[in-house]
Amino acid sequence: MANTVLQTKNINKYFYDPVKFKVLSDINMSINEGEFVSIVGKSGCGKSTLLYILSTMDTDYEGELLINGDDLSKKTDSNLAKIRNQHIGFVFQFHYLLSEYNVVRNVMIPAIKLAKYSLKEIEHRAMEQLRKLDMTDQALKFPNQLSGGQKQRVAIARALINDPLIIMGDEPTGNLDKKNSDLVFDIFNNLVKERNQALLIVTHDPDFAVRTHRTIEMADGKIIS
Amino acid sequence: MNLKLIIDIAFNLIKARLKQSIVAAVGVTFGIAMFITLVSFMNGLNNLLDGLMLNRTPHVRLYNEIKPTKEQPVILSKKFRNTTNFINSIKPKDRGQEIYNSKSIINALKQDSRIIDVAPKVSVPVFYNTGNIEITGLINGIDVPAEEHLFKVSDYIIEGNVFDLNNEGNTIIIGKGLSEKMMVIVGDIIKITTLKGGLVNLKIVGISQIGIAEIDNTMSYTSLETAQMLLGESAGYITDIQVKLTDMALAPALAKEFGNKFNIDAIDAQTANSQFETGSKVRTIISYAVGITLLIVAGFGIYNILNMMIYEKMDSIAILKATGFSGNDVKWIFISLSLIIGVTGGLFGLLFGFAFSHAIELIPFETASLPTIKTYPIDYKVAYYTIGIIFAVCTTTIAGLFPALKASKIDPVEIIRGK
Repeated sequence: MANTVLQTKNINKYFYDPVKFKVLSDINMSINEGEFVSIVGKSGCGKSTLLYILSTMDTDYEGELLINGDDLSKKTDSNLAKIRNQHIGFVFQFHYLLSEYNVVRNVMIPAIKLAKYSLKEIEHRAMEQLRKLDMTDQALKFPNQLSGGQKQRVAIARALINDPLIIMGDEPTGNLDKKNSDLVFDIFNNLVKERNQALLIVTHDPDFAVRTHRTIEMADGKIIS
Repeated sequence: MNLKLIIDIAFNLIKARLKQSIVAAVGVTFGIAMFITLVSFMNGLNNLLDGLMLNRTPHVRLYNEIKPTKEQPVILSKKFRNTTNFINSIKPKDRGQEIYNSKSIINALKQDSRIIDVAPKVSVPVFYNTGNIEITGLINGIDVPAEEHLFKVSDYIIEGNVFDLNNEGNTIIIGKGLSEKMMVIVGDIIKITTLKGGLVNLKIVGISQIGIAEIDNTMSYTSLETAQMLLGESAGYITDIQVKLTDMALAPALAKEFGNKFNIDAIDAQTANSQFETGSKVRTIISYAVGITLLIVAGFGIYNILNMMIYEKMDSIAILKATGFSGNDVKWIFISLSLIIGVTGGLFGLLFGFAFSHAIELIPFETASLPTIKTYPIDYKVAYYTIGIIFAVCTTTIAGLFPALKASKIDPVEIIRGK
């Protein structure tokens, strides 16, 4: 059996403003290595909220979150930052690149932060990621010179630079046309095949969800299938 | 923490908002430059004014004060020793102004390692005669080499040479005000009446200008011997012993010590010139206050610009946090950003401060009362520049701290989801 990279035990979350409201109730799920999972559900069902808890950026919840068997619910902010840096790659709906840096530098920053390799090696690895995504000739451009699909590919390259355990996406194709959307899906699919990468993608797009290995459907803060 | 990366990010944020960052840095530059200029100029003036008085006055002066005897004869009587005695109309005792045993006191003082040198002085109250008018005045009989060593008396001799007093007997150097009143020049002979009625002719060998009109109108210099001759006293007669110390701060303590040791009146420069000290202090406080105010204003500028930058860069902060930067890292990015602005601005401030104070030093400043001064005085001291850069770093760090803490608390989820 494949390794479990991410697991939740009875996660509950409340919103307090304007009144106390239970957004997530008793979320139990797990994702294995090499699994391509999508989360679908109507707007407001809590799927993005869940994703941000899983990504460790939101720490205001009850229950347990384990990444690679490690309980994260009681870690400090800087420890969580380290885990995000090393083990989680994140792709947003909007592309969120640093406009002050060029493409290759954007890809490099998480790796420089991790400081596992020398700067030269990091640059080489970043170029390698860009090459795989067919972005080599855009490497020295700045984000505002790229198209939406290209920016999303840069974001994926950045998510991959530290060889994370899992890649999470919050509607990564939500802002792209059909052609680019398919391109992103193919990239994800290849990652699963080539690197046995675990992927967890929140999406609105039924076409996208159907093609993943497993679809988790949510409604009213609960997993229904 | 990856310091190099954090500083690199800070630099890039500055580059993205170069104009505003420069404006912020210029604020610091202006503050520091003004601070340096003000402090250097104020202290230059302080030193000048202190020099005007303090360098010319001895650190400790030994003399005989005219005062009543401390222990009145009635105390000596056994009968009245334990009673309360009321004595009316006590008059000071005539002890004369002479310092008894002055030679041995001077010798003892010269042995003391805390003392640079000792200069004896005889002050002679006189009348200068011009036509049938008598002008009251004072002649200081000085030991020329010692006086020159301690007080650089030659700085204030605008005509003639102070050493001529020793070369020729019955010579005098008179104050500029006096020479104008009496319409005499170097080489002329003036008549002087002493208090005892003696009439003496003295030859003018020089004219002095201290810069204080009251003194220049009344005071003259002559040699010790001539002064003693004017008074009709012997060679040992001295009215003042002027002492200069290696450390002026010791003056009050040493004045007390010498007073007791030699059974004489002693006054220290601090007590004699307390008003000058107060003036210097107030000027220093004013210049520091103005400098600090300027820097605080510059600090608010930095605070504003960083706050704006944080609002503009919310997205970038969110990404940095999402890709593995902790709140602490983000805080340090903004603190180093503010420090870069502060240090750059501060260094330029030091440079401009030096330039401004140098410019002030080139402005001519000629006044009759200060014969040795040709331009405005500036005190160049490394300490001011050190204080300046420390101020710059401190204010910018504090100004950057609050926005930085705010940035570190930004919740990336809110920003990413808020789109």
